[in-house]
Amino acid sequence: MNLALALPIVAPLVGAAISMMIRHLMIQRIISFIALTISFVSSLVIISTVVADDDIVVSRLGGWPSQIAITLVADRLAAVMLLIAISVVGVVLVYSIGQQATDEHSPAYHPVYLVLAAGLAQAFLAGDLFNLFVAFELLLVSSYVLLTLEGTDKQIRSGVTYVVLNVLESTILLLGIGLVFAATGTINMAELPERLAALPDGVQMGLNMLLLVAFGIKSAVFPLYFWLPDSYPTAPSSMTAVFAGLLTKVGVYSIIRTETLLIPGGQSTLLLVVAGFTMIIGVLGAISHYNMKRILSFHTVSQIGYIILGVGIGTQLGFTATIFYLMLYIPVKTALFLIEGIIERETGSSAFDEIDGLAKRSGFLALLFLIPALSLAGLPPFSGFLAKLAVIQAGFEQGQYVIITVAIIGSFLTLVSMTKIWIGLFWGEVRPVPPDDRIGIMRHHKVMSAASIGLVAATLVLAACAGPLYDFSSDAARQLLDSSLYINAVRGS
Amino acid sequence: MSIAIVVLIAVLFTSGTYLVLQGSLTRIILGVGMLANGVNVLILGVSSRPGDAPIIGRDGEFSDPVPQALVLTAIVIGFGVVAFLLALAWRGWTIDGNDLVEADDEDRRVTAEKIDRDDAVFKGDWL
Repeated sequence: MNLALALPIVAPLVGAAISMMIRHLMIQRIISFIALTISFVSSLVIISTVVADDDIVVSRLGGWPSQIAITLVADRLAAVMLLIAISVVGVVLVYSIGQQATDEHSPAYHPVYLVLAAGLAQAFLAGDLFNLFVAFELLLVSSYVLLTLEGTDKQIRSGVTYVVLNVLESTILLLGIGLVFAATGTINMAELPERLAALPDGVQMGLNMLLLVAFGIKSAVFPLYFWLPDSYPTAPSSMTAVFAGLLTKVGVYSIIRTETLLIPGGQSTLLLVVAGFTMIIGVLGAISHYNMKRILSFHTVSQIGYIILGVGIGTQLGFTATIFYLMLYIPVKTALFLIEGIIERETGSSAFDEIDGLAKRSGFLALLFLIPALSLAGLPPFSGFLAKLAVIQAGFEQGQYVIITVAIIGSFLTLVSMTKIWIGLFWGEVRPVPPDDRIGIMRHHKVMSAASIGLVAATLVLAACAGPLYDFSSDAARQLLDSSLYINAVRGS
Repeated sequence: MSIAIVVLIAVLFTSGTYLVLQGSLTRIILGVGMLANGVNVLILGVSSRPGDAPIIGRDGEFSDPVPQALVLTAIVIGFGVVAFLLALAWRGWTIDGNDLVEADDEDRRVTAEKIDRDDAVFKGDWL
């Protein structure tokens, strides 16, 4: 099992190193595929072991005792997040090759992209806080590079804000980890719960807040979301898709770990309030914009609210809803950004006042947009409806009627802004007028379209398999809430 | 932890915070470096009693190697990030000839005015 747990991290890193030396585009692409395939297969092995044995898989690199070794841990949540992350990264790799864009042709692109994949895998598998910090740095630094790869004026300007804010976030995280170490003498996630519980309430609260602020900036919750809508839209669409789909979710994943394992607190009014504001402010920001990429970026913020809501409720149903939402939502969001990328590639923009009549040019593209868009707004029978239903159910069980009302209003407003994209881009006379031979958009971007169709199909399949997925989430939530399972698994093996 | 270390941490944090709040990217980068080093010193400071030997054997008191490993990693990461930020600053400077970090146009105007004023004070021609 040691090998399977290490491979999702090691394979992309080794691939990145080789790819950096070779610098030949075709070979780099092949290396990326091989590395990601290895990651994908080993994450399949991990998830099947975790589900089949109903156990938590632990690996200590180097065979040292768990206080010293780099511990990798995979429970159901980590395993499923890893699988989703690697799959999305793979799909977007195909898409970005089809994009034929200048940034993919840069010799730095493939190595850095692989490092991003390694960072994602490490963040989900990390068994100690410092390892988590290193994982954050891996994926942040590669995201800095990918965001500013073209080096245009606009990218540099918003890139600077993004980098400085995330560096400050890392500093706060490291400060939190340092103080946790100072207070408890360990950073191992299996040793921490016991020792943190022995601390005075005030110290616990302070440490919890430091970690929450750091992870909150990363996951872009209210009031720490301001950097996201500013910087994400300037990156190439394929990168925005990965950032919006996965990077913010790493922050959410860390918040879940903090709230269940390190400092379990049950229901958290703070997180509920934060979730409510995040949902509404994000969607209001989306409504006020006239550019598809900006609208989608604001929706990234809004949807984080729904995910955090389950954590705030803090019951098993709440966490079930959160995990269920994460599984169903990540492909939807990524698909929307990929479709936006096709539009931007074809017309050179995604602003409403420059484009009209896309539905007339390509009915299939319109349909492809409609499925994830309605899913994001939470209309049945799409996956977003089921995810929102789970969240609202969890809220009802605890009698949180105010926050449920906010959530429902938020999803109405989401529908409004999706309609706005529909009216702004897809309706009306065709504009800008394409050359005669370029009527069908999808046919001119075969690889990009294939990747997007694959992802949209995946969202439909996920919606169809909602029953088993919900049971899986329920088991994952049970595993999360009983932190002794995690602790014993790490100590015992 | 000796009082000198505590004072050092405090100085690094205050000056780092002040610099990060400035409008010019060069100062922000300096501030980021100071904050990062403040945290590094903090981790080292809280790690063990001063004067303990590093690991030299199994006898006697020795200092905890974990925080030292953490700080080493953190220093390397901080170094890389600051280098990248400097590259960004250089690129921004070659594009439009300044290193202002602006949230919006108004912010840009105020920052530029302030920097002009600072420069004037620095050159002594403000009278």
